[in-house]
Amino acid sequence: MSVTGETPQMSWRDWLLTDTPASRRHARAASFYKGWLRFRTNSLAMVGLGILVLLLLIAAFAPWLAPHDPIAQDLGKRLLPLGTPGHLLGTDSLGRDILSRLIFGARVTLYIVVLVALVAPIVGLLMGTIAGYAGGWTDTVLMRITDIFLAFPRLVLALAFVAALGAGIENAVLAISLTAWPPYARIARAETLTIRNSDYISAVRLQGARPMRIITRHIWPLCISSLIVRVTLDMAGIILAAAGLGFLGLGAQPPMPEWGAMISDGRRFILDHWWVATMPGLAIFVVSLGFNLLGDGLRDVLDPKAEK
Amino acid sequence: MNAFTRYMSTAAIGLALALPGAATYAKTPANMLVIAQRIDDMITLDPAESYELSSGDLTRNVYDKLVAFDPADLKAGYKPSLATKWDVSKDGKTITFTIRKDVKFHSGNAVTPEAVAWSLQRAVILNKTPSFILTQFGFTKDNVKDMIKVVGDDQVSITTDKQYATSFVLNCLTATVASIVDEKLLMSHDKDGDMGNAWLKTNDAGSGPYKLVTWKPNDSYVLQAADGYWGKAPAMKRVVVRHVQESSTQRLMLEKGDIDIARNLNPEDVAGIKDDKGLKVHTELKGTLMYLSFGQQNETLAKPGVTEALKYLVDYKGMVNSFLKGQWQIHQSFLPATFLGAIDDNPYHLDEAKAKKMLADAGVKDVTLHIGVRDQQDRLEIAQSLQNTFGKAGITVKLDVGTGKQVLTKYRARSLDMYLGTWGPDYPDPQTNAGTYAWNPTNTMEAKLTGSLAWRNSWDAGKFNKMVDEAVVEPDRAKRAKMYEDMQREWMKVAPFAILFQKIEQDGVAKDVQHFNVGGAITAASYYQVTK
Amino acid sequence: MTSVPDTKGPGRQTPALVAFLKKMAFSLGSILVTMLGLLFVTFVIGRVMPLDPVLAVIGEQASKATYDATYHAMGLDKPILVQFLYYLNDVIHGNFGVSTLTSHPVIDDIRRVFPATLELATLGTIIGIVVGVPLGVLAAVKRGSWIDQLARVVALVGYSMPIFWLGLVGLLVFYGILGWVGGPGRVSVFYDGMVPNVTGMILIDASLAGDWDVFWDAMSHIILPASILGYYSLAYISRMTRSFMLEQLSAEYITTARVKGMSERAVIWRHAFGNIGVQLITVIALSYANLLEGSVLTEIIFSWPGIGQYITNALLSADMNAVMGGTIVVGLVFVLLNVFSDLLYRFLDPRAS
Repeated sequence: MSVTGETPQMSWRDWLLTDTPASRRHARAASFYKGWLRFRTNSLAMVGLGILVLLLLIAAFAPWLAPHDPIAQDLGKRLLPLGTPGHLLGTDSLGRDILSRLIFGARVTLYIVVLVALVAPIVGLLMGTIAGYAGGWTDTVLMRITDIFLAFPRLVLALAFVAALGAGIENAVLAISLTAWPPYARIARAETLTIRNSDYISAVRLQGARPMRIITRHIWPLCISSLIVRVTLDMAGIILAAAGLGFLGLGAQPPMPEWGAMISDGRRFILDHWWVATMPGLAIFVVSLGFNLLGDGLRDVLDPKAEK
Repeated sequence: MNAFTRYMSTAAIGLALALPGAATYAKTPANMLVIAQRIDDMITLDPAESYELSSGDLTRNVYDKLVAFDPADLKAGYKPSLATKWDVSKDGKTITFTIRKDVKFHSGNAVTPEAVAWSLQRAVILNKTPSFILTQFGFTKDNVKDMIKVVGDDQVSITTDKQYATSFVLNCLTATVASIVDEKLLMSHDKDGDMGNAWLKTNDAGSGPYKLVTWKPNDSYVLQAADGYWGKAPAMKRVVVRHVQESSTQRLMLEKGDIDIARNLNPEDVAGIKDDKGLKVHTELKGTLMYLSFGQQNETLAKPGVTEALKYLVDYKGMVNSFLKGQWQIHQSFLPATFLGAIDDNPYHLDEAKAKKMLADAGVKDVTLHIGVRDQQDRLEIAQSLQNTFGKAGITVKLDVGTGKQVLTKYRARSLDMYLGTWGPDYPDPQTNAGTYAWNPTNTMEAKLTGSLAWRNSWDAGKFNKMVDEAVVEPDRAKRAKMYEDMQREWMKVAPFAILFQKIEQDGVAKDVQHFNVGGAITAASYYQVTK
Repeated sequence: MTSVPDTKGPGRQTPALVAFLKKMAFSLGSILVTMLGLLFVTFVIGRVMPLDPVLAVIGEQASKATYDATYHAMGLDKPILVQFLYYLNDVIHGNFGVSTLTSHPVIDDIRRVFPATLELATLGTIIGIVVGVPLGVLAAVKRGSWIDQLARVVALVGYSMPIFWLGLVGLLVFYGILGWVGGPGRVSVFYDGMVPNVTGMILIDASLAGDWDVFWDAMSHIILPASILGYYSLAYISRMTRSFMLEQLSAEYITTARVKGMSERAVIWRHAFGNIGVQLITVIALSYANLLEGSVLTEIIFSWPGIGQYITNALLSADMNAVMGGTIVVGLVFVLLNVFSDLLYRFLDPRAS
C-alpha cells in the first residue's frame, strides 16, 4: 500500500513487472504476477479456476444458498422430477432436496480435497527428499517401501484400510492419501537428486546448515512447483476415488450428502428417475474437470520443460 | 444334449449373420430357464454345511429329502418324497420311514436306506452350522448311529430323545441339511475323514430333478435336468442362474429378453416393468423378518418402558408406502405370517407425542445411540428414516455402517446399541424363531449363545424360556398354535425387539414362464415345475 | 547399435555381460523384496481388520461350538508371525489355500477371474493406444489449434468422469435403448461354456476353437466396458504423447532435419515419434498395469467376473487367502510390467546404458 502511495508515478503493474526487484518479497511477487499473466492467457485454465472459485463460494455460503435442509426427509415427496417448484433438481429416495444436497456436498468435496492435498504430498515430500538427500541405505530402504506401496493394487489398499478403520469420511481420506503418496515421493526424490549436488546447496552446507534445515528450507521450495502441478492434476482422481469409496458404501456415511454416495443411492433409479444419480455425477464431473483444466494450465506455467 | 447343441448352433448362425452390424437378440430357448440373481452369498454347496439363501435354491433342485414341499401346493405342508410313507411309534419318539424304491443318484448309484441313514448321520457328525436343526432332537456324534438306523429291507427309523410334535420333526426334515446324499460317491472322495465335505462344497451328490453342471462363484451356476429322475421330468432341460448385482441391470436384461426371471428388482424397477406387455410380476410372501433390536447392555435402552417408547418412533406406514413399497409389509410379531401360531397384531405406529411422554416418564432425554447396519440400500434407507423419527424425540442416532461381516462381528460381540437386520427361519416350524427371539437361558457374556438373538442383545428372556420349552413338545397342533399366539402378544410388549416388516419377494418374469415358485415363507425356489 | 566398432572385441563384452547379469540379479532381488513386503503388509492388514474371518466360513447363525472348532482349524490361535511363516511356506510350494468365500482353491479362482480382467484390460489398452497415440501426436504437431484444444478437452473429460456413472449411462444407452451391444456378463447365457476353456479369455478361446458365433457374441459383450476403460487410458496416453512430442519437436535435431528439407511427415513420424517410443512404452505399461488391477466399479456394473471384484468381495468378507492370492498376482503383474518397461528402456535408449 505504502509503496504506491509514495511513488505515484509507478503503478502496481509496473511495480510487479519490474526487472529490478527491490526486495526478496518484491521478486517473489513479480515472478508470481508474471506467471499469472501467462496463466491468464490460457482460457481453458481460467475456466478451471472459475469452476473452483465457484465451488469455494458455494461451499462457503451453502446455508444461505440451499433452499432446503439437506437431510430433511419427506417420504410423501420422494423422487420428484427436475424442475418441480421448490425442488429445482428434484428429490431423492427419501424426499430430500437434491439441489440442497449438492450444495452442501460441495463442503464435503472440499474437505476431502484439502485434507488429501495436505497429507499425501507432504508424506511423499518427506520420504522423497530424505531418501534423495541421504542416499545410501536410507535411500534404498525408503524407496523399497515406496515400491511396495506402489505395487499394491490401489483400491485394495484403500479398501483394506477403510475396512480396518471403519467406514467414514476421515478414514476414506486417510486411505486415499495412503495410496496417493508414493508417486510424490518418487518425484521429490528425483528433484532432490538433481539439486543435491548443486553448488548452491554445497554452499549452504559449507555454511554449516544441518541436513534437516537444508531439506526443509532449500530443497523443499524447489520441489514444490512440480508437486503443485501433480497434486492439482491428481485432485480429480482423488475426488473420483472418494466418490468410488462412497459408491461402495465405504466413504462418507449417511445422511452426509457426499456426491459419490449420492450416485450410489440414485443408481437404483437410473432407468426411471435418472436425475437422482446424474445430478451428483455432473457435479463430480464439473469439479474434476475444473481441477484438470487448472492443473493443465498450471503445468504450462510452472513446469519449465513445457515452457519451451 | 445333441439336439440341444444343434438348436444352439442354428440360433448362433442367425446371430452371427446379424453381427457385426447391430446385434440382435434372440429370446431365451424354449427349454431353458435363465435367471438373473445375486448369488454372491453362495460359499458351499454341501447340504450339511450350506446355510445361505441362494444356495438353498440350488440344493432344493439338486437334492431330494425324505419329505418335501410341493411347489404347486405349498399350503399342504410336507409330502412324501424319498420316503413314501411313515409311521410314528406309540411313545411318539420313533418315526419309521419307508424308502422309495428304484431311485438313483446322479452318479448312477442306487438310493438305498443305508445311504439315507448315512446322509442324516453325516450331517450330525460333520457338525457344521446348520446341524443344530437335527441335533436339537438329541442326536450327537456318539449316539446318532443308534438313533438313526436302517430297519428291515427298505426302512429307516429316527428316534428322538423325547416326544416332540411329529410335525416339528418332519418340518425339520424338509430343511437343506436333511438332504439325502450319495454315500458311495462321497466316501470315494473322503479326505481325512471329512465324509467328502471338501469335495462336495463344489460338487453334486444328489438324486434330485437337476444335476449340477458348473458353479462359478460370483458368476453363475448351470443345472441340467437329470436323466431318469423318479418324479416328473422337468420341462426346462437347462437352468442358468447368473449373478447380476444391480437391479437396473437385471431389469434391462429382462426387458431385452436375455433372461426369463429377474430376482432382485427394487420397487422402482418393479413399477417400471408393470406396464410391459411381455412381462409380469411374480409376488410371494417370504419368511424373512426385518427387525430393530435394542441391546440391553446399554443403560438407556435397559430402562423400563424405553424400548416400547422407541417402537412408537418408527414410521412403519411411511416406509412401506414409499421406498419399501410392495417388498416389505408391516409385521410386528416374531412368527412370520403363514407359520403355525402366527398372529397379525400390529399395535405399534408412529406416535411422536406418546413416545416423547413415555421417554420423559422413563427419564430419558438427549441421548446418542448407534445403530449397526450393513451397507445395503434398503437397510440404509430404513436406518435413515429411523434416524429422522428418533431425532424428533430428542434421540440422536448415529449409523454404524459396515459390510455384513463387520456389523455381524460387533453384533455377536454384544457391542452394538441397536442393530437393524433381518432373520430368516431355518425350517418351517415356529420353534425356529421362538428359539432365537424368546429364548436365552444363560445371559452371561461367557455363555456365548451367539445363535440366540436374545443373547446377542443381552436380554434375559425370563419366563419366555419356559414358554418356548413347553410349546416345542406340545403334540396337539391347535394347543401348540395357541401357545405361540399368547407368547407373542406378551413378548411384543416387553422384548427389546421391534419387529418391523416381513419380506415380500417380487420377481420380474417373462410372460411365457409358468408355475415359477420361490418357496413362500417355508422353503426355497424350485425350477423343476416351470414351463414355458 | 548397429555399427559396433571392431575394436570392441569379445574381451570388452564380457564385463558388459557381467554388469548386465548383475543388474538382472539386482532387479530380481528387488522384485522379491517388494513382493515379500507386499505380502507381509497384506497379511497384517488382514489380521488387524475388525472382521471375523471365522464368520465368513460358518455364517451368521452358527453356534459357539462350531465357531471354536473353525477358529482352531484355521490356525487363528497362533501368533501372527507364525501364521505368516506358515502361509509363506505354502505359497512357496504353490499352495495359495482355499478361498472361504468360494470353497475353491484360490489358484483355481484366480485362473478363472484373472483372464477375464486380462481380456478386458488388454482390449481397453489397445483402444487407448490406437486412439490416444495419434490424437496426442496430432495435438502436439498442431499445438494451439482447435485440434489441440479438442484433444485436450477429450482427454480432460476422460480424466474427470466418474467411471461408474459413465458405465451405467453407457449400458442404458447402448444396450438398453439402442441395442447395439450385448448386455452385462462376458457372453450371452446360452453361449456360456460352448468353447473349450484354454486361456480363459473367451475371445481367444473362441478363435482357437474356430467358433466365430461365440467370438462375435463375446465381442458384443466386451466392447462397451472395454471402450469405457479405453477412454480412460486414452485420456492418459494422449496427454503424455502430446507432452513427449512437444519436447522432441522443439529439439534442435528436428530443426536441423527440417532445414535439410526433410518432409514434414518424415520429421514427425520417423524422427520425433521414433524418439519418444521408449517413454511411450513406459506410459502404456503403467496404464496397462492400472487396468490389470481390475476396475472394480466397471466390473460390478457390467457383471464382469474379474479380479477386481474378486479381491474386493474377498476383502469385505475377510477371505484372506483370496485377498493375498489376488494381491500377489496383481502386485506381480505390476512389478513385472515395471521391470519389463525398465529393461526395454535400457535396451532401446542408448543414453540410459
